[in-house]
Amino acid sequence: MLKLQDAEIFYGQMEVIKKVSLEVKQGELVSVIGANGAGKSTLIKAMMGLVKIKHGKLFYEGEDITDYPAWKRAELGIGYVPEGRRIFGDLSVEENLKMGAYKIKDKAQIKRNLEKAYDMFPKLSERRNQLARTMSGGEQQILAISRALILEPRLLLIDEVSMGLMPIMVNYCFSLIKELNQQGITVLVVEQNANKVLKIADRGYLIETGQIMVEGTAESLRQNDVVLKAYLGE
Amino acid sequence: MYAIVVATNIGIFVLLALSLNIIAGYAGQSSIGHAAFFGIGAYTSAVLTSTLGVNFWLSLPIAFVVTGLIGALLGLASMRVKEDFLAITTIGINFVVVAIFQYAPIFGASLGMSVSKPSLFGVKMDNLMFLILVGALIAAMVIFMRIIEKSWFGLALASIRNDEAAASSLGVNIVKFKVLAFAVGTAVAGLAGGVYAHYMTFIYSSDFAFLVSISILSMVVIGGIGTIRGPIVGAIILGIAPELFRFISDYRMIVYGGLLVLMMLFQPQGIVGNGSFLVNKFEALFGKGRKKSVVS
Repeated sequence: MLKLQDAEIFYGQMEVIKKVSLEVKQGELVSVIGANGAGKSTLIKAMMGLVKIKHGKLFYEGEDITDYPAWKRAELGIGYVPEGRRIFGDLSVEENLKMGAYKIKDKAQIKRNLEKAYDMFPKLSERRNQLARTMSGGEQQILAISRALILEPRLLLIDEVSMGLMPIMVNYCFSLIKELNQQGITVLVVEQNANKVLKIADRGYLIETGQIMVEGTAESLRQNDVVLKAYLGE
Repeated sequence: MYAIVVATNIGIFVLLALSLNIIAGYAGQSSIGHAAFFGIGAYTSAVLTSTLGVNFWLSLPIAFVVTGLIGALLGLASMRVKEDFLAITTIGINFVVVAIFQYAPIFGASLGMSVSKPSLFGVKMDNLMFLILVGALIAAMVIFMRIIEKSWFGLALASIRNDEAAASSLGVNIVKFKVLAFAVGTAVAGLAGGVYAHYMTFIYSSDFAFLVSISILSMVVIGGIGTIRGPIVGAIILGIAPELFRFISDYRMIVYGGLLVLMMLFQPQGIVGNGSFLVNKFEALFGKGRKKSVVS
């Protein structure tokens, strides 16, 4: 479904992603794990079109989307949950969700999709008219996820969902991601919390200083010495 | 009458502050060279009426469109820079534009440009008629901004102001909306310029200098950026202050600068911005529920 080929990404002169190839197949839940600064976020931003891929190619359902701007990728069915719960703080919960429906022209459908989100997360319904920035971290993360779901993406890119959340919310978010995946959304999740994410993922990649060090099924990654030592704390 | 002259002047700055608010408030783009577009509109309409003999009432919409197009073009050119760099770029644009007014013979160069007072239905427009014209333009602008606030356009601008990356990931074409905000905001400034030129009947490059941009920005920020009432209140306060306290007028910039610093420290939302001390008090007094507008 999504295929990255020999991608190289630079910040100024510095190469932060070095010849990375990665694939997400239809229906999979794939995780990219790695330490802070390894290039995980850069990688997922590049897939959404928020960071430029200097060399290499990115294919989505066979189409070369390397040079597509973010908004065009959104039209193709790629959703994105930014790291650090970047919701629109000045807007109400409802307006945040409406922005998620920005690309939908049919008013009735916008309403339907919004109601669906409220059904899924009753907490958001209670807070429809509240300014998004006044909600708790966990609620903001839920809002960021549901905002991305309004457009009914077929591929969801999730950046560091656990960052700064209470453990109970972290667990909730991971089980939510698993559930979404089981409902048929293909998911690529970038995550520092290797232990948690490898429990829900089908496959995984370990990235270190911009390079893929290990790849394989989630199960094999959990047994891998490098992963065990550095990320699972054993 | 003196009061009419002052009121018209303030009205023109209300228009300028409101138009900057679309760029800086709604879209969140730090533009500190707004006077450049005020000047482009003023000189465009002045050249049209006094050099080319075009009717004043036709020169206004032309100034509106020309300024908006130039604004969109410069906006597009500055899309690669953000925040502080955009601020510096817009300052640069202001200086370049003023230099062009000052040296190009077509704009009267260092002599400035004289234009004659326009007429309406054969009657030469007096100050009162100008005040009514400015008032009507402000009313139209307020209605227009209310429509923006309730529209997808307003929502999209707010999302860009909050978080560009998130907005574009939802399908918002960032460049398109930023350029649109620049086009609309600068076009209205150009319209204000056209009125200003014919109201003053004489314009000179320094009327549109960087300091004027700072004044406009101060009005927006001190009143309350992102709201409609804020820029209006800000323009009135900063417009009246030098009239009431003549002794301030020589130190206008010091006062503006000091006010800006104080506002940033104690009321960053502005005097009547959402969540400001005054607005909170007002809402508490009249038991109005928190009125939520698109921007805060």
